[in-house]
Amino acid sequence: MAMKEKIIEKILLLTAFSSIFILGLITFFIFKEGLPLILKIGIKAFLLGEKWIPSKGLFGVFPMIVSSFWVTFGALLLGIPLGLACAIFLSELIPPSVGLLLRPAIQLLAAIPSVIYGFWGLIVLVPLIQNHFGGPGLSILAGSLVLGFMILPTIITISEDSLKALPPTYKAGALALGATHWQTIWRVLIPAARSGVVASVILGMGRAIGETMAMIMILGNAVKMPTSFLDSARTLTTNIGIEMGYASGDHRQALFATGVVLFFIIMALNTLAISLSRRRVH
Amino acid sequence: MQRTPSPYPSPPRGEGKGEGRFGHWNFVFGIYLEFGLPARSLSLALNPENGQTHLKPTFCKQNAPAKAGIWNLGFLFLLLFILFPMGCQRSKAGITVAGSTSVEPFAELLAEEYMSRHPESHIYVQGGGSTAGIEAVITRAAHIGMSSRNLIGDENKLYTVTIAKDAIAVIVHPLNPIENLSLDQIRNAFSGKIQNWKELGGSNRPIDIVTREEGSGTRESFQKFVMRKEDINLGALVQDSNGAVRQVIATDPKAIGYISLGLVNDQVKAVTISGVEPNLRNVYNRKYTLVRPFLFVFNGEPAGAAKSFLDFVLSPPAQKLLLKEGLVPVLQEPD
Repeated sequence: MAMKEKIIEKILLLTAFSSIFILGLITFFIFKEGLPLILKIGIKAFLLGEKWIPSKGLFGVFPMIVSSFWVTFGALLLGIPLGLACAIFLSELIPPSVGLLLRPAIQLLAAIPSVIYGFWGLIVLVPLIQNHFGGPGLSILAGSLVLGFMILPTIITISEDSLKALPPTYKAGALALGATHWQTIWRVLIPAARSGVVASVILGMGRAIGETMAMIMILGNAVKMPTSFLDSARTLTTNIGIEMGYASGDHRQALFATGVVLFFIIMALNTLAISLSRRRVH
Repeated sequence: MQRTPSPYPSPPRGEGKGEGRFGHWNFVFGIYLEFGLPARSLSLALNPENGQTHLKPTFCKQNAPAKAGIWNLGFLFLLLFILFPMGCQRSKAGITVAGSTSVEPFAELLAEEYMSRHPESHIYVQGGGSTAGIEAVITRAAHIGMSSRNLIGDENKLYTVTIAKDAIAVIVHPLNPIENLSLDQIRNAFSGKIQNWKELGGSNRPIDIVTREEGSGTRESFQKFVMRKEDINLGALVQDSNGAVRQVIATDPKAIGYISLGLVNDQVKAVTISGVEPNLRNVYNRKYTLVRPFLFVFNGEPAGAAKSFLDFVLSPPAQKLLLKEGLVPVLQEPD
């Protein structure tokens, strides 16, 4: 029996390390393929160049970095208020019977494949935007709306968990001091759970920046600096997704280099989320 | 205990009733839940001792008995060992055709027809793009590469066969009053020199140009035939397949784009170019000039199953099929 335990233990250890190993492998290859091109054309020309014309050897990803953040910002505008409100409702105000329906529904929202979100955006949102605001409809606005919905589950579940994890004495104390329920939520519970809420937002941001399939379908993928929410745009991820099929040589390396940029952004966001969530509440 | 011999060691029946038979599903399903619902797997927990919150992964809530867990794990590995070779065998049995997404639908059709005539053979058709297809042939990951552009540089060492020719049609929304454009007008629209349909004789609306992504065979041909030295405007919408371009044009009355003639349907309208209608007859007698080859690419002389498939593709019935689908056959004249 002890022998068996040992074997199982070793197998599990191996499995656990294999994931780290694979992560290391991916990182290695992204950098191995991407870095030479960045160094060849210069970090500044790559990061701040405004023109992406691979057939002419112009690889500037600045418009895509800007677009990525623009789309993400739009998604957060929708996702934070909606997600936070939902989390408050779920943790504080919800009648138990509604909770039985709502929680699985929110989890289902996370399980819908992104291509379905994209398809829905393309068929429903894009014509709507085209008819009411003009332009081709394939736009940052459409992308932000869809992404806003896609990051809701992340924001809701993590915010709700952090609200629920607060010691019950916080709430009892506030109520005992004469605060109304809403005052308790807004002045005591949310500030106390702040680090968790912020972490949920940052993780949502990470998801938004990394989203590819839905964005390819509804952003329009134009490679220029966006100037309004109705402009078509191309994010870092969609740049890789849309061009990888036909890319070779420098072009291919440039797509890996785009991945390097993405890698740093995601790393920064995740590190921020983890460090924030570890911070002391009070 | 009498047991029928089985090629695979089967997990023993669990001691507790109802545990053994489907116990492994707990495990598999647990994994599915973990990966299917990413938001749930990272939950925030507050440590009551030091008042810190931290992210902690939650795992399968059902605690299966330890013994069942062992067999669950064993089952998973068994599954891996059984499925893995099966996957390999499958791809070895037939030939793989990979490459251009423009050629892919036609190759699929041909493969289906070929397989119905040769039930013993299997042909796997995959997209990925011209360049990916050519690369796959070079590395021998695929037997046949499909390309919708001419080969460049080192690629010329490969053995190529033109299986058909394809015209590129310039398309607009069916409600767009424009019927005819000259190559210059198209070029100016795509380069951004003309930004309003009014200047092309249409209504007063901005033009939404839709193009293919860099590296696409269709885009390369369009660049060569229409744009020549000019660049396509960077503000153009970019879609990554013929179908996606068609979809955008079909829903946007202000849009203009280009796709394979074979894929034009009644959702969109193909304009005549300087009075020449894009149709097979005009392609064949060379009045319509936006024409590119569809290539099959081989690493060395085709042989065996690949050769047999190529022979079929070049045979009259297959070419007739391609003609019916809107391509220009390499063999016979369209009627």
